[in-house]
Amino acid sequence: MVTERLAGASAIFSPLLSRVHPYVVAMAPPHLLAPTPAGLYCATGDFYIDPLRPVPRALITHAHSDHARRGHGDVLATRETLDIMALRYGEDFCARRQVAAYGQSQRIGDVDVSFHPAGHVLGSAQVLVADERQRIVVSGDYKRASDPTCAAFEPVACDVFITEATFGLPVFRHPDAGLEVAKLIASCALFPERAHLVGAYALGKAQRLMALIRQQGWERPIYIHGALEKITEYYAREGTDFGEIRKVSVAERSKLAGEIVICTPASLQDIWSRKFPDPVAALASGWMRVRARARQRGVELPLVVSDHADWNDLCATILETQCSQVWITHGEADALVHWAGGIGLDARPLHLIGYGDEEEAAAEAQT
Amino acid sequence: MNRFAHLLDRLAFEHGRNSKLRILADYFRHTDDPDRGYALAAMTGGLTFAHAKAGLIRTLISERTDQTLFEMSYDYVGDLSETVALLWPAPPVREGHNFPPPPSLSQVVETLHATPKAALPQVLAQFLDQLDETGRWALLKLITGGLRIGVSARLAKTALASLGDVEPNAIEEIWPGLAPPYLDLFAWIEGRADKPVVSDPAPFRAAMLAHAIEETNFASLKPEDFTAEWKWDGVRVQAVTGYDEAGVPVGRLYSRTGEDISGAFPDVLEAICARSFGAASIDGELLIVREGSVESFGALQQRLNRKKVDARLIAEYPAHVRAYDLLSEDGEDLRSLPFAQRRMRLARFLETRAPARFDLSPLVPFATWDALAQARRDPASAGAGDDANAIEGVMLKRVDSIYVPGRPTGPWWKWKRDPFTLDAVLMYAQRGHGKRSSFYSDYTFGVWRQGSEGDELVPVGKAYFGFTDAELKLLDKWVRDHTVNRFGPVREVEANHKTGLVLEVAFEGVQRSARHKSGVAMRFPRVSRIRWDKPARDADRLEAVEALIGERKRAD
Repeated sequence: MVTERLAGASAIFSPLLSRVHPYVVAMAPPHLLAPTPAGLYCATGDFYIDPLRPVPRALITHAHSDHARRGHGDVLATRETLDIMALRYGEDFCARRQVAAYGQSQRIGDVDVSFHPAGHVLGSAQVLVADERQRIVVSGDYKRASDPTCAAFEPVACDVFITEATFGLPVFRHPDAGLEVAKLIASCALFPERAHLVGAYALGKAQRLMALIRQQGWERPIYIHGALEKITEYYAREGTDFGEIRKVSVAERSKLAGEIVICTPASLQDIWSRKFPDPVAALASGWMRVRARARQRGVELPLVVSDHADWNDLCATILETQCSQVWITHGEADALVHWAGGIGLDARPLHLIGYGDEEEAAAEAQT
Repeated sequence: MNRFAHLLDRLAFEHGRNSKLRILADYFRHTDDPDRGYALAAMTGGLTFAHAKAGLIRTLISERTDQTLFEMSYDYVGDLSETVALLWPAPPVREGHNFPPPPSLSQVVETLHATPKAALPQVLAQFLDQLDETGRWALLKLITGGLRIGVSARLAKTALASLGDVEPNAIEEIWPGLAPPYLDLFAWIEGRADKPVVSDPAPFRAAMLAHAIEETNFASLKPEDFTAEWKWDGVRVQAVTGYDEAGVPVGRLYSRTGEDISGAFPDVLEAICARSFGAASIDGELLIVREGSVESFGALQQRLNRKKVDARLIAEYPAHVRAYDLLSEDGEDLRSLPFAQRRMRLARFLETRAPARFDLSPLVPFATWDALAQARRDPASAGAGDDANAIEGVMLKRVDSIYVPGRPTGPWWKWKRDPFTLDAVLMYAQRGHGKRSSFYSDYTFGVWRQGSEGDELVPVGKAYFGFTDAELKLLDKWVRDHTVNRFGPVREVEANHKTGLVLEVAFEGVQRSARHKSGVAMRFPRVSRIRWDKPARDADRLEAVEALIGERKRAD
């Protein structure tokens, strides 16, 4: 009765509250994690997850620069994430490193913490924080589509699921990445006198793309921009077979007609791209689904390849976790909140400032 | 349909003309009849779907998605067809159901044409169920008539011609007599059949065009080999008449590229369909002529690009054809006669048949190139009188020139009058496309006007050519070094009395425009010089631009 009256009254003022399921109202608010300006904080264990500024103790979901920042005291992350952070920031990126193996639980203060594959990039993890009363999963960034370069996402049952929503609009339904890469290869056949420059984020996207290009039967060498060299070599050492990779830095750019060159998104518009023979500008990103976005970037060959969950996968994953509450860290939160509310989940946007699309951030920084 | 969709998808992002041609030719070569014929029809504006409207599409999607999610998505994507294409839910998977393959373009076109209005929603929904995102987008764009993929009818025909040993103009000539899906046309181009016989009684004949003359050309040209006419600032047209099998007069007004624009000019059509006109093909300039004097191009624009016009518009902007050439008369093809003879036939035609709304383009007499240069500088004193403001230069035609389609070098020259110039200040720069994609190569420029807080710049136009590659590099660097603001691909640059780059802009004319903040719009603006030496505060003022409109107005 009380719940009904609450829902009825608040419908006028708050479309969010009006959809709260009676069960949710009865449940205690999450006590294990709280959003703070520095990021998600666990008071019981005294640690932050993917903190946005230097903190004494950080748990890092994956090595993208908006989640993995330098200057923390203790850092707990998967071995791969720690390795990549050291590659990018130098060995002294934090005071002390501690390796978390997938699926192994450890006690921090009064909570249990474990890391589970997120399928986003090599080493990416979701973090489960649990005590006797509550289980919270912080997804970091994740995807459900297959990726030959990293471990596949594993759904983890929880009470509160803290998700990203980079592509949290129903217009984002990513196509089969293999078919997108087939478009690139068809274009190379059609324009053998032009170099094909493919913009892809240096960590993860570029390597997944190269693996997909090989899966599609491309046997020529793949050329890479200098900014991709270290990470690509690391992926190769960790066991991904890319075939023959050549560095653009030691090649003659004007002679790369008919070749595929992987570079950072920003370098597509960079003076660097000018020396290639009549380059075709391709960009691999989930944003390429929307034509206006592709046109704004001056892209001639948009490839819809994303390392984030699309709308269907965001919704399916929320259901799979069997959570009763959804917190949305960043991205297009409104539509997901609307959807989750409609099926009786308590959903709230956290609007954490500082996370976002790595590609966009990197591109904007250079234009 | 999916093949066609991927073609449109690729073309929509491709900027280069040659690349577009390659993509189109590749599609035509590897796609079967009749699909490729319908694709050609779609790109040449030959397909219309009367009952498919935006409202129908909105209704279909609202039956399938949450209204709030739709609104959020539409707001983000900004294009109805694209939003619906991306949002359309996958049909439910049914046990044991073998999903049919996606429909072909011909299936779509033929089915939609045969579907009555009431059944259209269901048929359309079924197609949308069977297609992927790109396929749905292409289908919705196709039926709502908004392809906008940067492919002109001419470009599509040029790509088609490249499949065989055929000139694009040969396609243009028979085009009006052909219909989708153009099986006979493809068969001819691929050498499997003879050239289709055109039964059109009023066919288009590909136009002859002129090269711009350079100062250096004159040394090798003799004035006595040429005649000169005014180059009128209107629209080049071809007025053609003939008789159909029943003996009924058929008349058409074609644009320079062979597009039938009769619908917008019923007044001209009435004149050429008069019995006294007979069967003829006249090449001329479409103008607005009021009480014997020629109006500016702006007046003509009131009549262009309309499907229909009303009596008021016709009375206010009466159309007129100033005849340059006679291509055929009573079934006789005159194009292989020398120009001097064709012109005599044209003069006699106009004199004896005296068609309404037609007159003969007058010759400009001259004995030396200097004399012609003088006439070009001052048409008013050289016989044009008050019409001088509707003249954009002179045309030179060799007296012995036969009429050849295309733009041959030698027989005809155009000698445009010098453009207007203006010193304007660079305000915004945008990155270019294709080869220029890393350069800031599209420039918005402005002039000074008195604002509430002293002088302010108001944008008056945009230019993206007129400079060399070396100058482009310097401009690009200047833009990068003087950026004060970024809006996506656009940079705002420093532009004030102290700092700012002055561009000398050349243009063909200026008109009042309600769409532009400055109230003026330039025709054909381009960068003629970079004034590195000129301080920004000394650039021109809006009053100077407005004065140019005044010059034209005086001729009214």
